[in-house]
Amino acid sequence: MKENLYNYILGIADNSLILGQRMGELCGHGPSLETDIACTNISLDLFGQVRSYFQYAAKIAGDNRTEDDIAMLRKEREYKNVLLVEQPNTNFAYTIGRQFLFDVYHLAFLSELQNSQDLTLSAIANKCIKEVSYHERFSSDWVKRLGDGTEESNQKMQDAINDLWTYTDELFHQTEADKMMVSEGIGVDVTKLKDGFYERVNTLLAEANLQIPESKWFQKGGKEGIHTEHLGYLLSELQYMQRTYPNMEW
Amino acid sequence: MTATEQHIDQILIPILEQVSDPEIPVLSIMDMGVVRSAIINNDIVKVEITPTYSGCPAMDVIGDDIKKALKDAGYKSSIDLILHPAWTTDWITPRGRKALEDYGIAAPLEAEADKDVLLNEKRLVKCTNCGSQNTRLVSQFGSTACKAQFQCDDCQEPFDYFKCLK
Repeated sequence: MKENLYNYILGIADNSLILGQRMGELCGHGPSLETDIACTNISLDLFGQVRSYFQYAAKIAGDNRTEDDIAMLRKEREYKNVLLVEQPNTNFAYTIGRQFLFDVYHLAFLSELQNSQDLTLSAIANKCIKEVSYHERFSSDWVKRLGDGTEESNQKMQDAINDLWTYTDELFHQTEADKMMVSEGIGVDVTKLKDGFYERVNTLLAEANLQIPESKWFQKGGKEGIHTEHLGYLLSELQYMQRTYPNMEW
Repeated sequence: MTATEQHIDQILIPILEQVSDPEIPVLSIMDMGVVRSAIINNDIVKVEITPTYSGCPAMDVIGDDIKKALKDAGYKSSIDLILHPAWTTDWITPRGRKALEDYGIAAPLEAEADKDVLLNEKRLVKCTNCGSQNTRLVSQFGSTACKAQFQCDDCQEPFDYFKCLK
């Protein structure tokens, strides 16, 4: 089995899986019907993307593993998503801030992944990027609306950005699997996406009447499986049915 | 194979045209452009379909419906989901666009115009009820992943708009 490629794919897919679960939590709980539907549509897109990645990973694993096993039956430390995506839906400003920061990264990442020497990954990227450009349009539009809205909405949006900022640097950390895959022309060199990311984010924050956070201290660990306390709770809900009724199917 | 080329055995076309998108029943999967190839080989039809959106729950149903339609016509079949080349709204046929409009879903605009209407900066989507262009965005996301919600400011009709995907 191609161990590095397998781990590399999981690293990409786990971000979409965990963020998809977070957005799915808003089903029936969005601040208005339209945003509720938007958040769950984004969740659906992300889960669809995850299926493509996990189906491919299961094929590479070459044993009896299925996409569902990979999604549902790992332990917390085996999930390699970045800390940003597991942060909770504290309020709508957090939901939008988290989505916006991830979308800007995700767009840049997929744009590069389209050039991967691995034809399956490049095809998935080519498919996903069209959907993600809609996500980015939605989230950046809302950052502007809240930032440039009332005093209260501006404050809430600013608080969310300030709190989530500490998780942005991790997006650009390279794992061992990353380095191997970059050297083989399969993976994306995320270190090269950093400048473009902060440029785009800072421009939009300025447009939205928001301050760029000054903090230079960043949190990390998700890519090595060391998560914030929030992931355990998220997984217990995500995995509930498979843990309670092992091997159940619809 | 170029990005838009399809390989479909002529004899299979009428069968596949009977299968429709479960969420938009007036639209056949052929007019939708999701069937990329259908070839008879040793009595088995090998069909390749491509998803409109990654998470589209209709794809599993479409696969089952194709199998059933082919079985009724006396063929065994195998269905493969392919991702490349990625589906685009350009593959919806003129007949498909008309079917959408008749059903109450505005057909996709070109990419630039699509961006303008989805940021509510221009009024370009024609109301499917009265034809007025005095329409506005209600929500960038609609009842399914492929649609947005609009409302006509003349006749007040709310309707879906099929988003451009390129």
